[in-house]
Amino acid sequence: MKNKILEAKKIVKYFHDPMTIKVLNDIEFSINQGEFISIIGRSGCGKSTLLYILSTMDTDYEGELIIDGVSMSGKKEGDLAKVRNEKIGFVFQFHYLLNEFNVLKNVMLPGLKLGKFSAKEVEHRAYEKLKMLGIENEALKLPNQLSGGQKQRVAIARSLINDPLIIMGDEPTGNLDKKNSEVVFNIFQQLAEEYNQSLLIVTHDNEFAAKTNRIIEMEDGKIIRM
Amino acid sequence: MSLSLTVSIAKSLLMARFKQTMVAAVGVTFSITMFIGLLSFMSGLNSLLDGLILNRTPHIRLYNEVQPSKIQPIDRFNEFHESHNFVNSVKPKSSKLEIYNFGAIYQALQKDERVLGVSPKITCQVFYNVGASDLTGSISGIDVEAENKLFSFSEYVVAGNLFDLKNTSNSIILGKGVAEKMLANIGDVIQVTTSKGELVQLKVVGFFQSGLKDLDNVQSYASIETTQKLLGVANSYITDIQIKLHDITLAPAIAKEYREIFEVEALDIQTANSQFETGSFIRTLISYTVGITLLIVAGFGIYNILNMMIYDKMDSIAILKATGFSGKDVNRIFITIALSIGFIGGFFGLVFGFTMSALIDQIPFNTEALPTIKTYPINYNPNFYIIGGIFSLITTYFAGYFPSRKASKIDPVIIIRGK
Repeated sequence: MKNKILEAKKIVKYFHDPMTIKVLNDIEFSINQGEFISIIGRSGCGKSTLLYILSTMDTDYEGELIIDGVSMSGKKEGDLAKVRNEKIGFVFQFHYLLNEFNVLKNVMLPGLKLGKFSAKEVEHRAYEKLKMLGIENEALKLPNQLSGGQKQRVAIARSLINDPLIIMGDEPTGNLDKKNSEVVFNIFQQLAEEYNQSLLIVTHDNEFAAKTNRIIEMEDGKIIRM
Repeated sequence: MSLSLTVSIAKSLLMARFKQTMVAAVGVTFSITMFIGLLSFMSGLNSLLDGLILNRTPHIRLYNEVQPSKIQPIDRFNEFHESHNFVNSVKPKSSKLEIYNFGAIYQALQKDERVLGVSPKITCQVFYNVGASDLTGSISGIDVEAENKLFSFSEYVVAGNLFDLKNTSNSIILGKGVAEKMLANIGDVIQVTTSKGELVQLKVVGFFQSGLKDLDNVQSYASIETTQKLLGVANSYITDIQIKLHDITLAPAIAKEYREIFEVEALDIQTANSQFETGSFIRTLISYTVGITLLIVAGFGIYNILNMMIYDKMDSIAILKATGFSGKDVNRIFITIALSIGFIGGFFGLVFGFTMSALIDQIPFNTEALPTIKTYPINYNPNFYIIGGIFSLITTYFAGYFPSRKASKIDPVIIIRGK
């Protein structure tokens, strides 16, 4: 039997501003270890909102979220930060690298925060991740000296540094051209196949979604296909 | 989160806004410099002004006063003990200003361990005769050695030799004001009229300047023996006993004790000169207020810069939180930034403050009133530096507190979705 790493139970979410709207309605699904899943749907169907709830960053919802067998309900902000740090890797549409640090340090930061390895080991691991993504030569450059595709790859390396349970992506290819999108997709696929890495990617690139193992389609705050 | 990681992130954020950081730190430096400079100068000035009076004032003065007797004969009458009495036109009895049994009191005081030193004194009212006119004046008969030891008398003798007073009989140290009026030079012989009407000739051996013009216009000094001769009294005649204590704060209590034991009037320095303490206190208060105001203004500067930095780094904060830094970690990073501004600014402030004090200390300051002072007075009290250092950290901490809290509460979802 496959290992359930993430489970959403009857998740309901409202937006209150400017008026109360139900944006997510009874979302219920689970993710197994090693799955490469994409969430698709039209703009405003609530897929990003769902992703932020699953990533523990948004705590204002009803229902229960279970990550790695542990319920996230009632956890404090500091504990949730720890969960994000250790178990979730995040890739955003925009790369969100810190311009004050070079590429290597950017990748290292979540690892240093975790504190599981010494700074030297974290650096070694960061180099390995960069090598895996083919950008080890850019390690000492600052983020603003890189191309968009390279930046996104650095962001992926950063999400991998703590060997997370799952990588979540919010339109990670949304800002990239076709060629770079393909590069990023190939990296994700490689991670899923070679390293048995679980991935949950929100996208509205149907071509991208079609190539993943499993597609969850949403409409008006509900899952209509999975 | 480890300290080194906090520091390294704080440092990077600081360096990214190097110019503004500098401005904030310079603000702290400036205020600490002024704080130290101001306090050192003010407190130097305070001790100078206090010294002007307090160093020359005995901690306790024993004397007799002409005053009406507190106990009237009727009070001793047991029959009227329960009644009220009214006695009109009570007059002081004819008592002498002399302290009775001076020798015994003197010895008792010398044995008292709380007493640093004792200096007897006689005051004597005279007229200085200058041609046809007489100037009112007062001659103090002093024990030259004791007076010099306890009240640094030699510092105020601006010309001539203090010890000639002891070695030359019938000699006088004239107040500077008196000497100017009499056109007297050292070695001249002047004439005074005592209160009993006798004319006495005295040799001028020095001039004395206290810095208090009114005092210098009337006061002169002679030895105890010379003064006793002027008054025509026996050599046990003493009107004042001046006492210096090891601990000035005990003065009121000890004065009360002596009043009872020796049956004389005893005046302590706190009662006699309460206005000086008030003056010093107010001056110190003003300098602290100004210094702290400067620091608070610098604090607002830091507050502004941190606020700007937080708006500027909103994305970075959001991503730090998304990748697992908690609100507490973010808070700590910004507090570290604020404290490093405070620490660096404060450190240079202390250095510059010391330099500034040292410079002020070199500025010549000559005034008639203060013969012993050649440069502006500075008090290098290490407490000022400790207070300044601690205060720079406290102010910057509070300046950083609210921006840091704001940063820690940034919701990463709002920032990241907003793009």
